[in-house]
Amino acid sequence: MAAPVSLQVEFGGGAEFLFDGVKKHQVTLPCQPEPWDIRNLLQWIKQNLLKERPELFMQGESVRPGILVLINEADWELMGELDYKLQDQDTVLFISTLHGG
Amino acid sequence: MNGWGRWVSGLSMIRDIESQGSLGLVTSGLGNTGNCFREYFMHKFRAMLGKNRIIFPGEKVLLAVSGGPASSAMLRQVQEGLSRETAKKLRFIPSVIYVDEGAVRGQSPAQREQSLACMETLLQATGFPYYLVHLEQELLKLFEAVQTMTAKEELLQMLRTHLILQTARTKGYTKVMTGETCTRVAIKLLTNLALGRGAFLAVDTGFKDNRHGDVMVVRPLREYMAKEIAFYNHFFDVPTVIAPPLPTKRRDKPSFRHVVESFLLGLQKDFPSTISTVYRTGEKLSADRAKPSCEAERCLLCLCALDLDGEEELALEPTLIIDEPELERNGAERKSAYIPLLCYGCRLTFKELGPVTTLPPYVRAEAQRRIHSAEMQQQNQEVPPEDKELSKS
Repeated sequence: MAAPVSLQVEFGGGAEFLFDGVKKHQVTLPCQPEPWDIRNLLQWIKQNLLKERPELFMQGESVRPGILVLINEADWELMGELDYKLQDQDTVLFISTLHGG
Repeated sequence: MNGWGRWVSGLSMIRDIESQGSLGLVTSGLGNTGNCFREYFMHKFRAMLGKNRIIFPGEKVLLAVSGGPASSAMLRQVQEGLSRETAKKLRFIPSVIYVDEGAVRGQSPAQREQSLACMETLLQATGFPYYLVHLEQELLKLFEAVQTMTAKEELLQMLRTHLILQTARTKGYTKVMTGETCTRVAIKLLTNLALGRGAFLAVDTGFKDNRHGDVMVVRPLREYMAKEIAFYNHFFDVPTVIAPPLPTKRRDKPSFRHVVESFLLGLQKDFPSTISTVYRTGEKLSADRAKPSCEAERCLLCLCALDLDGEEELALEPTLIIDEPELERNGAERKSAYIPLLCYGCRLTFKELGPVTTLPPYVRAEAQRRIHSAEMQQQNQEVPPEDKELSKS
């Protein structure tokens, strides 16, 4: 059993438009049999936070190409991407690079 | 890890950025690695300007800032570059221009006001002179009459350019800097190819764009990946004011640019040198063909040299334009009369615009002037029959 996990989930670069314009979300993921990882965090976000146009945030089970993910200020590519196991008090930041400028 | 270790790992991270696009600042708090990244970032900017040697000390440069991540990073680079005490200090005189597109982007008046207020605060904090210009509410009719998202995006870009150019000219700026990143340049390259702008790829995506003659547009960020910009902005708290995207009805493939963006970014995910390869291919293009020899040879919309001669026009015209007889009766010029004034790519965009009455007045005025001038020329060339008789005898 995985204990509930408290996270800071943040959105930037324009990604916040999909989440009612709110950049910082304090979330608590409920207890569940499997440990929480980024893969199921994304599903949780899709079901619980995403207000519109899921295809602009996700593609398949991962984020849409062009959306960067930082776990505790580090590129998720160095942390195992979808397989990274979330720890209590982690910060996950999603930055969209799709709005140009 | 001791100080030396962190410095070395900082360098290898920097190399990583170039080859793989992966950046990790694994130490919490930035420390030495953060400084390495910041120095690398600044160095690249200075090197870009230095290597091309086209901005002179004391020159007035207009920075086109949209509030988006790239142009905001560019603004920060200019601020940092000017504040250096060393001999490597940037030496031009910057001002900033912000084009408010809220009206045509479908923002409510309240949202527009808020974006503008945020932008103004941001610009005031820089201490640079700035200009806030607006794409007018009247243009909304023009945008609503456009049939495709692709044409809308092209049009928006062109109108924005016209506005920036006009400000540069009236206020005496000889250089304009825009914030297109490597990622954006690669996407633009392929998109413009699909739009029929193959002749102008070099000026549309190159470091320098000299189609206007008196004002040169430069793109100092074109070697920065969008990802680097995003990280830089995050770690160094670069303020941005991000506008919502153009409203669209079709969900999956709204425009050429979206299709190309999905394609390139999707490929880039598995093949991290995709974007830099496209970009480097673009570097090999020559800009010879884009600068017109005279104003009459300049495309009305994109301002590049007209790239078609007479014969091809005839093949295009019948399929392209449906004239509106009611408008003609009211004295408006025929839509088909605009065709000779446009380059190939812009003709395709123009086909998807609404009636000529929705065009901005300055575009119509210029078109009318040229149509009239062409008619005068044709009349002067036609030899009246009586003169022919006289010359025979």
